[in-house]
Amino acid sequence: MTAPALELRGISKAFGSVQALHGADFSLAPGEVHALLGENGAGKSTLMHIAYGMTGLNRGTIRVRGAPVSIRSPWDARALGIGMVHQHFTSIGALTVGENIELAVGRRTGGRDDGRTETALPARLMEGLPKGARVDTLTVAQRQRLEIVKALATGATILLLDEPSAVLAPSEVEELLALVREFTARGGSAVLITHKLPEVFLVSDRVTVLRSGRVTLHAPVQGQTPASLAEAMIGHASARLIADVLGAPDLQVKRARENLAPAGTAVRVGDIDVMPGELVGIAAVLGNGQRELLRAIALGRGTAFVPEDRTTEGLIGVMSVTENMVLGLDTDPRWTRGVRLDWSAARARTAELIERFGIRALGPDVPAGTLSGGNQQKVVLARALEQAPRVLVAENPTRGLDIQATVEIHDRLRAAAAQGVAVLVYSTDLDEVLELSHRVLVVHAGKVREAPKGADRRVVGEMMLGLGER
Amino acid sequence: MSGKSLRATITASVALGAGFLVLAVGLAIAGYDPFLSMGALWRGAFGSWYAFGSGTLVRAVPLIIVGLGVALGFRAGAFNIGAEGQFYAGAIAATWVGLQVAAWPGPLAVGAVWAAAAAAGLAWVALPVLLKVKWGVLEVISTLLLNFVAEALVSFAVTGPLQEAQRVYPQSDPIADSARLPTLAGSRLHLGLLLAGGLAFTLWWVFTRTRAGFRLKAVGTGPLAAEISGRIPVKRVVAFSLLVSGALAGLGGGVEISGVTYALFQNLSPGYGFTAIAVALLARLHPLGIVATGLLFGALESGALGMQREAGVPAVAVQVAEAVIILVVLLADVLARRAVSRQPVPQEAA
Amino acid sequence: MIDESVVLTGFLAAAIRISTPLLLAATGEMLNERAGVINLGVEGAMLAGALASALGATAGGPWTGVLLAVAAGVLVSGVFAAVAIGARADQIITGTAVTLGAVGLTGAVYRTAFGAGGPGLSLPTFAAVPIPGLSAIPVVGTAVFNQPLLTYLAWLLIPAVGWFLFRSWWGLALRATGESIEAARASGVPARRVQVLATLAGGALAGLAGATLVLAQVGTFAEKMTAGRGFIAIAIVVLGRWHPGGVLLAALLFGAASALQFALQAMGLAAPYQLFLVLPYLLALAALAGAVGRARQPAGLGR
Repeated sequence: MTAPALELRGISKAFGSVQALHGADFSLAPGEVHALLGENGAGKSTLMHIAYGMTGLNRGTIRVRGAPVSIRSPWDARALGIGMVHQHFTSIGALTVGENIELAVGRRTGGRDDGRTETALPARLMEGLPKGARVDTLTVAQRQRLEIVKALATGATILLLDEPSAVLAPSEVEELLALVREFTARGGSAVLITHKLPEVFLVSDRVTVLRSGRVTLHAPVQGQTPASLAEAMIGHASARLIADVLGAPDLQVKRARENLAPAGTAVRVGDIDVMPGELVGIAAVLGNGQRELLRAIALGRGTAFVPEDRTTEGLIGVMSVTENMVLGLDTDPRWTRGVRLDWSAARARTAELIERFGIRALGPDVPAGTLSGGNQQKVVLARALEQAPRVLVAENPTRGLDIQATVEIHDRLRAAAAQGVAVLVYSTDLDEVLELSHRVLVVHAGKVREAPKGADRRVVGEMMLGLGER
Repeated sequence: MSGKSLRATITASVALGAGFLVLAVGLAIAGYDPFLSMGALWRGAFGSWYAFGSGTLVRAVPLIIVGLGVALGFRAGAFNIGAEGQFYAGAIAATWVGLQVAAWPGPLAVGAVWAAAAAAGLAWVALPVLLKVKWGVLEVISTLLLNFVAEALVSFAVTGPLQEAQRVYPQSDPIADSARLPTLAGSRLHLGLLLAGGLAFTLWWVFTRTRAGFRLKAVGTGPLAAEISGRIPVKRVVAFSLLVSGALAGLGGGVEISGVTYALFQNLSPGYGFTAIAVALLARLHPLGIVATGLLFGALESGALGMQREAGVPAVAVQVAEAVIILVVLLADVLARRAVSRQPVPQEAA
Repeated sequence: MIDESVVLTGFLAAAIRISTPLLLAATGEMLNERAGVINLGVEGAMLAGALASALGATAGGPWTGVLLAVAAGVLVSGVFAAVAIGARADQIITGTAVTLGAVGLTGAVYRTAFGAGGPGLSLPTFAAVPIPGLSAIPVVGTAVFNQPLLTYLAWLLIPAVGWFLFRSWWGLALRATGESIEAARASGVPARRVQVLATLAGGALAGLAGATLVLAQVGTFAEKMTAGRGFIAIAIVVLGRWHPGGVLLAALLFGAASALQFALQAMGLAAPYQLFLVLPYLLALAALAGAVGRARQPAGLGR
């Protein structure tokens, strides 16, 4: 019986007073694709960061090909043949493709890249990746491929892929997974970190499920069903949550929409009219102009905005929740007296909103930066709705949130639409867009087209890549 | 005292202590008697009514006014390191106006002098503001470079157009009596002290009670969020803050002319523009705190002269203490930030 | 009748001589900024180097002065590195404070060692070293190839630094660190260590610049004699687009601007000397405004 390519035993890790992993076990057999599944916050990225040396473990052991090892930095990991493809691209925009590869390959080869490293890579991978091109001129899919090239160029036999499909169109995801299969067919082993169930069934041999830092399931994929995996991911939770994970849209809420009579356009997206009370989803691959389009709309009067990056664009961490609530609302007559601000009035209203939105905070005066991601997002959303907008634009509103928070945000968005607000939601998660929306608009190369009613992932995916355009 | 104020006071005290310690150690290494020197420092600042009134308080006035200006810039997230140059610009304008208004009634003459000084300070920072807004030039460097230009301008003025009628020394004629500030009998303490206090109080009220103050805080602590979520025109707020910052620094120069020296000459400022940075930072940019730290550094400067007189220690040595104070405050800031980030925040994308 | 070729030769020679301290400081600052660190303490390091070189030269001759100057520069930027990189404090404020402290410290030490406001020190200096053959070329040769050794050293540094930055892995690692610390780390680059080393190297060069100013240009030490040259060096880095060749040209430009004073005086043009004094600073401002330079700034500068 051959030793596992990679084995993690009894891994415990805490960040400050938060326990991220409780004695988790993970083992990767040679030549397999192993899915590491869990919702946001479950600990899967942390586990793999430990394997790659980006963060240290508190307790536990690591073995590579049977031998115990100590991995204290990515440098150590690479020397052992472990490569990682990160969620956030780690290539440097101002440098060329060749320079980025050379940087990743490291000081081992000494000076200039002598071409030796590339012969180890299948020519197919380097296709369409010109060595002299600056990385900031590449497309998203190309940059993704560069990440893989970098990992393989260091001679990796164990590949850790952290949510690689998050920013790709459906067909690009398939290409990526095919590449992974090729890699394992030639003897490599791969870990696929994901929170998307379909990917597990598409390409993996075995699956390990993490929930709140503990392993709840470890089995061959063959004997599993989406339902069994969903339950392992979120435990004994409501059918609502499980349905959400499985991507089954709540048809009842959707049906209610059809009864609302349109009363004049609320906003135009490109050439397309959106009525009050509609929840419109925007689907697009990164870099197709959707961000500029939506942000331009968000500047309009009577429009509220929930920006993608809540910590730098939505909230000011050092300011209190009350002060953040006043941000954007500093001319509201309820707490404005000429040039002065009535802070007690603002504080009182903030306390009310904290109550109403179920925001877990010690009070309206705590710094917003001390709230958890989900609660921060609720503050941003509460503030947006407090503006009594006609149009609400939300960019990736559930990014990084766990299932519970995600469902709550979705509910609020639907409620807003039910109250007559025109809601535009952009998400890089195509399933989220399809689940939430009454209508789906696709942005490609700056142009906006509406997806046909009832279109599925495949059709929308093709539109996102501009296929089928006249 | 609230937790935040308590922490700020502790930080300030520790920084002060560190500054003095380094100074004392340095003095000892250089062969001076540290106790004698520190004693002379104290006496130069507080040893007598004269020392306190005509030394400490008089030096505190420009430090407070310029410090308020520097703090205003910092609060907007901008670094006005050109306060020294703006101070000189204000001094030049104040001198020129001061020489013209002999026939005016006192309050009007003083008002004109002060207005000219503030306007000149504002004009001196206007170029860096333009460069920043239009071309993204770091205002730290542009304001810094203009310091040297301002000094050259003073040199030119007092050997040329503004030189005294006799053309002997590189200094201007004294300004008209009407432009001079009333002083407290028997000392050099002048009306400028009331101005400094009034400005401090006004700024405090603006920062904490008004919408403009809130917007300033937002821009300084979270410019991206201020722009996107607060719909605040960040560039305009920063530009405006810098302009007022320059005006205050220039006003400081004007007050020094109309209240203390009554004439323009080179090296008018013993580095007020730079000491004001320490004044602002040590007070954590709080206007009322700046009154306290302004007094403190006024004492330091006054004491430094005493130290030089009595113990032969070069007065500039005090600048080392000032630098140490700034560095300690910076470090305390970093530690505080680390402490906050260690608080339990449930990890999301793990 | 004024011999124009003499004026020109004198002008060129002065321009090159004056540019050398600027070139050295700017080369150091360029390395610093390419690694993502903006070091306003360069002015303080340069001044400390200047004083150290005066002390060293008095004690043991010019080369001792150079050695001490480099050490002083490294020390001052070491303080900056400890606070701004080690403790992650704001780089701008830290740099300003370090310069402030250096000005105060050098002033105090100078007065203690040499007495207050006496006649200027006279120091053993570096003589010009003519390169045989090349220095015989009329005008250009006499101006360019008849300079102190430190000038030749400064020029040789340029292609050396260029090779390092663009042809070696560590130079690549340094550039990567300046663009994005996280990305560099993910590739295994010890980012913080790279930044500290770049800062110390910058400090060494700034100290050397101070020594050049004292021992190969002015010939004496005076308080605050660097008069903002460190900050002008920062402007030179911007004008030179963070590229060694560009920095060399920009430094020469500034040297020429300062040397203009002598040329015009020699030609009998009367103008207040303050005008020439401020020319470099105004030129620096213009250089900073050069919008095209903006785009190439290392993306991670100042974080």
